[in-house]
Amino acid sequence: MTIQTPNGFSLDTSGKRIVVDPVTRIEGHMRCEVNVDAQNVIRNAVSTGTMWRGLEVILKGRDPRDAWAFVERICGVCTGCHALTSVRAVEDALNITIPNNAYLIREIMAKVLQWHDHVVHFYHLHALDWVNPVNALKADPKATSVLQQSISAHSKSSPGYFRDVQNRLKKFVESGQLGIFKNGYWDNPAYLLPPEADLLAVTHYLEALDFQREIVKVHTIFGGKNPHPNYLVGGVPCAINMNGDMAAGAPLNMERLNFVQLKLQEAFEFSQNVLVPDVIAIASFYKGWLYGGGLSGQNVMDYGDYAAIQGQKKTDRLPGGVILNGNWDEILPIDPRDPDQVQEFVSHSWYTYGDADKDKGLHPWDGITDPKFDLGPNFKGTRTDIKQVDENAKYSWIKAPRWRGNAVEVGPLARYILAYAHGVPFVKGQVDEALGRFNSLAGTQLTVKQALPSTIGRTLARALEAHYCAHMMLDDFSALIANIKAGDTATANMEKWDPATWPKEAKGVGTVAAPRGGLGHWIKIKDGRIENYQCVVPTTWNGGPRDPKGNIGAFEASLLNTPMERPEEPVEILRTLHSFDPCLACSTHVMSDDGEELARVTVR
Amino acid sequence: MSDQGIHARILVLGIGNILWADEGFGVRVLEALDRDHVFPEHVTLLDGGTQGLYLLPYLEDAEGVVIIDAVDYGLAPGTLHILVDDEVPAVLASRKVSLHQTGFQEILGLLTLRGHTPTRIVLVGVQPERLDDYGGGLTATVAAQVEAAAAKVLKVLRADFNVWVTEREETPEGLLAAPIARDPYESERPSAEDACRIGDPRILTRS
Repeated sequence: MTIQTPNGFSLDTSGKRIVVDPVTRIEGHMRCEVNVDAQNVIRNAVSTGTMWRGLEVILKGRDPRDAWAFVERICGVCTGCHALTSVRAVEDALNITIPNNAYLIREIMAKVLQWHDHVVHFYHLHALDWVNPVNALKADPKATSVLQQSISAHSKSSPGYFRDVQNRLKKFVESGQLGIFKNGYWDNPAYLLPPEADLLAVTHYLEALDFQREIVKVHTIFGGKNPHPNYLVGGVPCAINMNGDMAAGAPLNMERLNFVQLKLQEAFEFSQNVLVPDVIAIASFYKGWLYGGGLSGQNVMDYGDYAAIQGQKKTDRLPGGVILNGNWDEILPIDPRDPDQVQEFVSHSWYTYGDADKDKGLHPWDGITDPKFDLGPNFKGTRTDIKQVDENAKYSWIKAPRWRGNAVEVGPLARYILAYAHGVPFVKGQVDEALGRFNSLAGTQLTVKQALPSTIGRTLARALEAHYCAHMMLDDFSALIANIKAGDTATANMEKWDPATWPKEAKGVGTVAAPRGGLGHWIKIKDGRIENYQCVVPTTWNGGPRDPKGNIGAFEASLLNTPMERPEEPVEILRTLHSFDPCLACSTHVMSDDGEELARVTVR
Repeated sequence: MSDQGIHARILVLGIGNILWADEGFGVRVLEALDRDHVFPEHVTLLDGGTQGLYLLPYLEDAEGVVIIDAVDYGLAPGTLHILVDDEVPAVLASRKVSLHQTGFQEILGLLTLRGHTPTRIVLVGVQPERLDDYGGGLTATVAAQVEAAAAKVLKVLRADFNVWVTEREETPEGLLAAPIARDPYESERPSAEDACRIGDPRILTRS
């Protein structure tokens, strides 16, 4: 049976059903079911968040100034971006402007997080969807050296260097504890890299670990500690004293700032010489695999972020907006406060707004999170052991957010399509150059509009964004130094710290360009306490279920029409889902209603 | 043994999500250890939360590691259980009671690949009673084991790593941000009625 969705996709549920549960190498719990036709092409896709988070219940009644510390604990990956979004929401509600130093320090911290997250995602969560570490053992290190020298000026490029890594890898594999590389489908024909490229990527998998451990030291300096840096409503919790000493907990001084600058420069060089060239080179070997675009060819959204001047949205260095129907010539403005724009639907989610309002969309300020675990007439299995969900009924712990009723994709790819359409010079230069290199390596002539809306394009956009962040944070750093040298050492505005200065009721919204896409927190404050707190997170936008009209979301759309080499080995499904960097720790709201974890099946 | 430089680094790592009732056990035991004792310079107490790769640098720098966590051993709630070395990744792999474990198991694999495996890993675990009380603190059963677990950690530190602590006399700054330190987190939690955990249309009414 074929169904045409209002947003232009056709779904056919007649073929064999494959269940992947849990989807591995992501944060949180996710399940995916697809139907494939006789040729093993995916014709229907169903994305299910299998956990409930209960965040609203955690925050209600707490002090708004403390919310950041709670939301920082939601997830093990995106600590800082939730904390930042939270302080922005509270400052918006209470009309607090923060000192310029605080603004710049937060900007640097946000971009360090973005860079770190993107690098870790590519090498440690996503690369193994393209790279075969077992095949790297067959490589000639000389060939890897030639490949490295042909793609970038990275200094570590000698045959001996790659031979050493290969020997370490060999020892590791021979020890029988494949560990991190186990559960791979290493003889699947979906892997297309020659051994020398596999060895290159595995080598950089290890190098990236060294870089990720260095860059996070910036968070320790500005945030006081890691992995849970401190935030502060009104500014940042670190003082500046350029003549101070280096004692632990001492104010920022020149020595510390010099150290920060060094780390930012190292990050810039790594994304320039390793990350971006690697992604382009790997992509060129997959030039025929342009699947996975899904919704990104049509509808994309971001709130916009990285304003060059605090509070002036028009100076956003990654400007936001919405593009509908693939019309890159028209960018629609977005307003997170407008009750008609961002709305969450629960017709296909395990929540209820009451029978009368079951198909209604609610703006986050009026959001309701009331669980209703109801599996629908066509589900198979039991309530604690689901064999197959019924996507015509409720089937996910994720809500379905929509922008004016439209399903949209969010994330680095959405931001890059928007920035390209806005004509941001740095982004335009990056995308055009990357595509030129891809086309010359692959011998293709793809246009930006053909190449970007794809799984590969999504992965490329993330790498380019990491490098753009490295570029921007160096600018932020220069601005910070200039500001301090001009005599401004303020880092916090405490005028409205005392709740006695607050209105009886207030509401605010904070948005951030988080690693996985536009993140928003909506807060209502009453009598000095949190009255309602709703987070609409990127994976909710991308991984949410269908809406009342039947529009499918980004994850589901991205899997359609992708051929699978071997349906029992879902390399292609993982590749495309991982390209979104799914993080369900916060997007999903636990377990089944009796507290038991939902049953997990690997592949059927 | 006055020269600190000759000591191998020891990491005491509390992991788990404090927002999920007994999942916060590891972090809360760490907090208690920090509150009551002064540790030698070469011992690091780290609140690992639910982090994965962020923990790698700390683990790589450590010769010995003591992990404190809530682990589902299938025992009676509140039971303490100690595992060492090879038993540790195995238990973190086969039982999955919380979000962070996949990440942590992967970290141990990466340590091997990078040739930085600690010479000894000890896991002090507790059998949780409840995880799905979001925003809640430790259950009474598990809370009753915090001091016992802290004592076990100190015993392991003495026996396996020759680490001796002294009693702390001044109040420490605290390992966690003030609002989520155990006492304010648990004592300032709004009542179930105020926070609409019961009896309001917005709550967890089970249909």
